[in-house]
Amino acid sequence: MKKFNGKVLFLDRSDINTDEIIPAKYLTEVSKKALKPYLLEDLNLEGFNPQIDTRCKSVIITRANFGCGSSREHAPWALEVNGFFLVIAQSFARIFRQNMFNCGMLAAELPDKTINYIFNTFSGKETFIETILEKKEFIIKADDLIEKVNFVLSDFDLSLLKSGGWVEYADSKY
Amino acid sequence: MGKTIAEKIFDSHQIDNPSEDIHVIRLDAVFCHEITTPIAINDLIGRGKDRVFDSSKIKAVIDHVTPAKDSKTAMQGKILRDWARRHDIRNFFDIGRNGVCHAIFPEKGFARPGYTIIMGDSHTCTYGAFGAFAAGVGTTALEVGILKGVCAFRYPKTIQIQITGRVPDGVFSKDIILSIIGRLGVNGATNKIIEFTGPVVEKMSMEARMTLCNMAIEAGATCGICYPDMTTVEYLWEFIKNEYTSQETALKAYEIYVSDPDAQYDDLIEHDVGNLSPQITFGYKPDHVRPVKDMEGVKIDQVYIGSCTNGRIEDLRVAAQVLKNNAVHESVRGIVSPATPTVYLRALEEGLIQIFMDAGFCVTNPTCGACLGMSNGVLAEGEVCASTTNRNFNGRMGKGGMVHLMSPATAAATAIAGHITNSKLFKG
Ligand code: SF4
Repeated sequence: MKKFNGKVLFLDRSDINTDEIIPAKYLTEVSKKALKPYLLEDLNLEGFNPQIDTRCKSVIITRANFGCGSSREHAPWALEVNGFFLVIAQSFARIFRQNMFNCGMLAAELPDKTINYIFNTFSGKETFIETILEKKEFIIKADDLIEKVNFVLSDFDLSLLKSGGWVEYADSKY
Repeated sequence: MGKTIAEKIFDSHQIDNPSEDIHVIRLDAVFCHEITTPIAINDLIGRGKDRVFDSSKIKAVIDHVTPAKDSKTAMQGKILRDWARRHDIRNFFDIGRNGVCHAIFPEKGFARPGYTIIMGDSHTCTYGAFGAFAAGVGTTALEVGILKGVCAFRYPKTIQIQITGRVPDGVFSKDIILSIIGRLGVNGATNKIIEFTGPVVEKMSMEARMTLCNMAIEAGATCGICYPDMTTVEYLWEFIKNEYTSQETALKAYEIYVSDPDAQYDDLIEHDVGNLSPQITFGYKPDHVRPVKDMEGVKIDQVYIGSCTNGRIEDLRVAAQVLKNNAVHESVRGIVSPATPTVYLRALEEGLIQIFMDAGFCVTNPTCGACLGMSNGVLAEGEVCASTTNRNFNGRMGKGGMVHLMSPATAAATAIAGHITNSKLFKG
């Protein structure tokens, strides 16, 4: 199973689409690894520099409707090959969310209020997240701040995380 | 309690229910194209699982970049082609016989009422026009579809949109769906199914219904769906005539895929199009929609008529009707891409290709082409395209390019004028 801990990249915008996560021109790649240099290359966010800002980070916290647009799974793969196994958002586009779990990665939705609070409290600080799957709990840390936040995760999604994704799960079960 | 059409399809296909809201359903068809499938094939090979659940239920096409434009796209085609041969997938459409997936598969009769269909493509929702549940999925879900013929979904919640009013002349299915997306927003139907009903839909051709369902995803919907009726039966008749004694018996069989009067909906919306004017997008999201007249005069560099939204014969007919005896404005590049070889041939027979070429359009082979900015009309930075496609995201048709979505009629009129304008078909 993957680990869902690490330094946080804050993306303070709603409706970040899959074209922004990985531009369509890289869809011609036939391996996941090849996507590594291009993560968030076309993200429309002021002051954002994909090369510098994603460095050493492994968790994304963002706003509503993350992953909208094309159904390409290249988007979670681009995250995966860059070590981002956890995205926390106010909401996700359906296919993107499913793709995350299908790859054995965690897409967690938190209420509006909580997301606002996290942005207000932690954005701009060097923030670290630790995930306690058994308790369905995130521990968010920055400087001397510590916050615990619970999230919802169905048993099925949990078993997808545990078996490492949908292919292995389905092939052994059906 | 009554059921919606989507609930009926789910219940008749369910094989597992691994968590309360997740339903694993049996698939009637898995469609594949060369952008999302090769990576699935490679991943399956890597896992030692290079198998297919039923080669007769898998259909594949090379459509996004065809003919291949470089070594990479050639390799994508090759991986799909070799796989289709290896697994004896008979319904594989390669160059010369290929066309845009969501146009060619319906044309071959592969989408039927009550079917469950997945594909690694977000516009798979198009097949809902046939009263099927059809959804775009990611590559991993596609892998499992190929391997096991199953897919997991949340139990469908449905928004019913009843489309009413007399559709004004010069207003088309594309204008209607743009107005609906503008109303719902890009997230307005996320995780839901949109059921399109009402007198306007009942009168629509299958092509117009496909345009409608095609863009359901642009409001976030899993699938757009229409009830099967006599129009559906007539469209499918040549493929189903051996299964049913008459069109009436086919209709009877299909009519179980209609929502019950007491079905439960998440929302019921009446959408009156009686006063609708042609619609257009203005920004980088498909819900940035306004009337064409509000954008009148905006200069454009390219017009693109084609795609799974509006590259069918009816679309070409309307565009040609507007273009006839006119020329593309000198500052505009016009590109038309008939969505399938059959569309292309009919357009030739009906003299439409002549009209396009006389007007100065470039006619391409059937392909997705410029729709996703990979070939056949990519925009340069700062350029503006009037397009009959379905997505206007920043960079969609080329980095730094702006895309305005519209109907084929508006696109044709815009090509002649050199700037955004309503077609003469609209009298408002
Ligand atoms: S025509 Fe455009 S939207 Fe349709 S399948 Fe091809 S790339 Fe996708």
